[in-house]
Amino acid sequence: MLLDIQNLTTRFATPEGEVFAVNDVSLQVEAGQCLGVVGESGSGKTQVFMSMMGLLAKNGRAEGTVNFNGRQILGLEAAELNRLRGVEFSMIFQDPMTSLNPYLRISKQMTEVLVEHRGITERDAAAKSIDMLKLVGIPEAEKRFRMYPHEFSGGMRQRAMIAMALICEPKLLIADEPTTALDVTVQAQILELIAGLGRKLNMATVLITHDLGVIAGLSDRVTVMYGGRVVEEASVTDVFHNPQHPYTRGLLESMPRLDTRSDQALHAIPGQPPDLQALPAGCSFAPRCFHAFDRCRQEIPRLRAIGGNRVKACHLEAMV
Amino acid sequence: MSDAAISRSGSGRKPILSVRGLKVYFPIVIGGLIRKTVPLKAVDEVSFDLYPGETLGVVGESGCGKSTLARGILQLLQPTSGSVVWLGDHIEGLPAAGMKKYREDMQIIFQDPLASLNPRMTIGDIIAEPLTVHRPELSSEERKQQVREIMEQVGLLPLMINRYPHEFSGGQCQRIGVARAMILRPKLIVCDEPVSALDVSIQAQIINLIKGLQDSFGLSLIFISHDLSIVRHISHRIMVLYLGNMMEMADKRILYEHPRHPYTRALISAVPLPDPELEKNKKRLVLEGDLPSPLSPPSGCVFRTRCPLAQDICAREKPTMTVVSATHQVACHFWQKS
Repeated sequence: MLLDIQNLTTRFATPEGEVFAVNDVSLQVEAGQCLGVVGESGSGKTQVFMSMMGLLAKNGRAEGTVNFNGRQILGLEAAELNRLRGVEFSMIFQDPMTSLNPYLRISKQMTEVLVEHRGITERDAAAKSIDMLKLVGIPEAEKRFRMYPHEFSGGMRQRAMIAMALICEPKLLIADEPTTALDVTVQAQILELIAGLGRKLNMATVLITHDLGVIAGLSDRVTVMYGGRVVEEASVTDVFHNPQHPYTRGLLESMPRLDTRSDQALHAIPGQPPDLQALPAGCSFAPRCFHAFDRCRQEIPRLRAIGGNRVKACHLEAMV
Repeated sequence: MSDAAISRSGSGRKPILSVRGLKVYFPIVIGGLIRKTVPLKAVDEVSFDLYPGETLGVVGESGCGKSTLARGILQLLQPTSGSVVWLGDHIEGLPAAGMKKYREDMQIIFQDPLASLNPRMTIGDIIAEPLTVHRPELSSEERKQQVREIMEQVGLLPLMINRYPHEFSGGQCQRIGVARAMILRPKLIVCDEPVSALDVSIQAQIINLIKGLQDSFGLSLIFISHDLSIVRHISHRIMVLYLGNMMEMADKRILYEHPRHPYTRALISAVPLPDPELEKNKKRLVLEGDLPSPLSPPSGCVFRTRCPLAQDICAREKPTMTVVSATHQVACHFWQKS
């Protein structure tokens, strides 16, 4: 197992009280595999991986175990983490400008990692960086290499960020909403790029998104999160064709989709996502769930195996 | 384009809104030592009719002029040329005072629900504001009564009337925006990306709300969105914009099942489908490159730099809207090639 997260809990101390962002989350990624992580804002999907990367805000605290390639990495010193981040695993974000330094040329930002971590010369690092820019489909890579981030379009910046994340050939790429800020035609380009690079470099990918369409084509397995917990985990086919958690099903049914022809009213999920400062006593989806019964309001459902190599956290026996 | 091409022939109904050749240009100063002003053509030659009870979807990517078009129609921006006719009256270029009597009939809902609500006003006052402007004769009790009624209709608890916007979630703020737009019982609501800031599970609530209100009150809608699945769900007819230009306009079913413009086809094929098998086996028409700068758009057809069908003529001649059928027009030299 490349990445094995067990019982991760992440909390933030705020003046208004504790925010329970990640609650007892366990998930695994195998080498070369693509895991899709779906959830709405506040579902904890990003904070799971920010905890892993050691990138939590100052008021955040993570507990549990995160095992990467046989090594326990949660709570490592920054100096130790710096030897892994960008080298063994990388993370890219929704807005490329938050990751790119506006004052430095792309050349400086890309070669720095290589010189630092791989100990190669500036010249070799430059050649390798330009190759990587070509690989992610940046035209006139030699010229672009000398430019500043603001001289790139949105799609080009996202490509440059992917190139930077991959320059040390990490074993795992974590992509957090990599296409949400992009137009749909550019999104298609970037998704194809990530999928292709994953295969080419035999790299595992975690794709964090709120868009079920985005993960359908790319993922092998899918983890669905709600209220800081994993509510369902299964193969991509099972999640889309036979969802076993009412939230997963509700999400799928609430989306208008291009591949069906229906003008009926959408099946909206009533109510709103939970307040992470005051999570309900039982299942956090229970207040919005059509199937909820008494037990759901009293007892938090544990993640349990339901056969067919899948798990869910729901008191319901089965969904039909 | 002939008028017959824009109107839906044989429908016999009169449009409530007719837009012809609408242009909205912004003067932009460029250059350091030698300065010059160039027009940014945000909306270029847009024409369409809107009928009572109809929803016209407007799709396109960021920078295609969707929001500018909405503002040009509502006279929130001064059009450079072209005409906007509301129930027989020319309203293009009318000053604010002249527009006042039309504003009752034409309202708008914005993308960012919280940013479009004044944080210092109670939601009751926010929703009542159009009434205080347009129905000053109402007593404050009558106003409150109408506010409570509309709150009920959009799914807000009337007892929350004295709360402030920050106490509400994004979805509820959008309901407040809908209530404010609806309180004068307008004939047209322009919805400018009304759900793109909302979570997936909340989007459907707001879409159902808007559609339900349309059915109850016979509203016409101009629904602007970059999300092709949502636009297809809510619209009757759809206009595709690219760099301020109309690429294609057709009835919903025709546009999605028989798109004629290469840009429309690329847009539709780029939408990821929530179905692993369909998605993995889909032949995707991936467009090369990025949107050109709107300050120096390509000559001829503005789409030609990314078009798989482009030939010499596309650089020389701008294609005009051509009638494919009574309910379908397209601006492409090679529309018959598909």
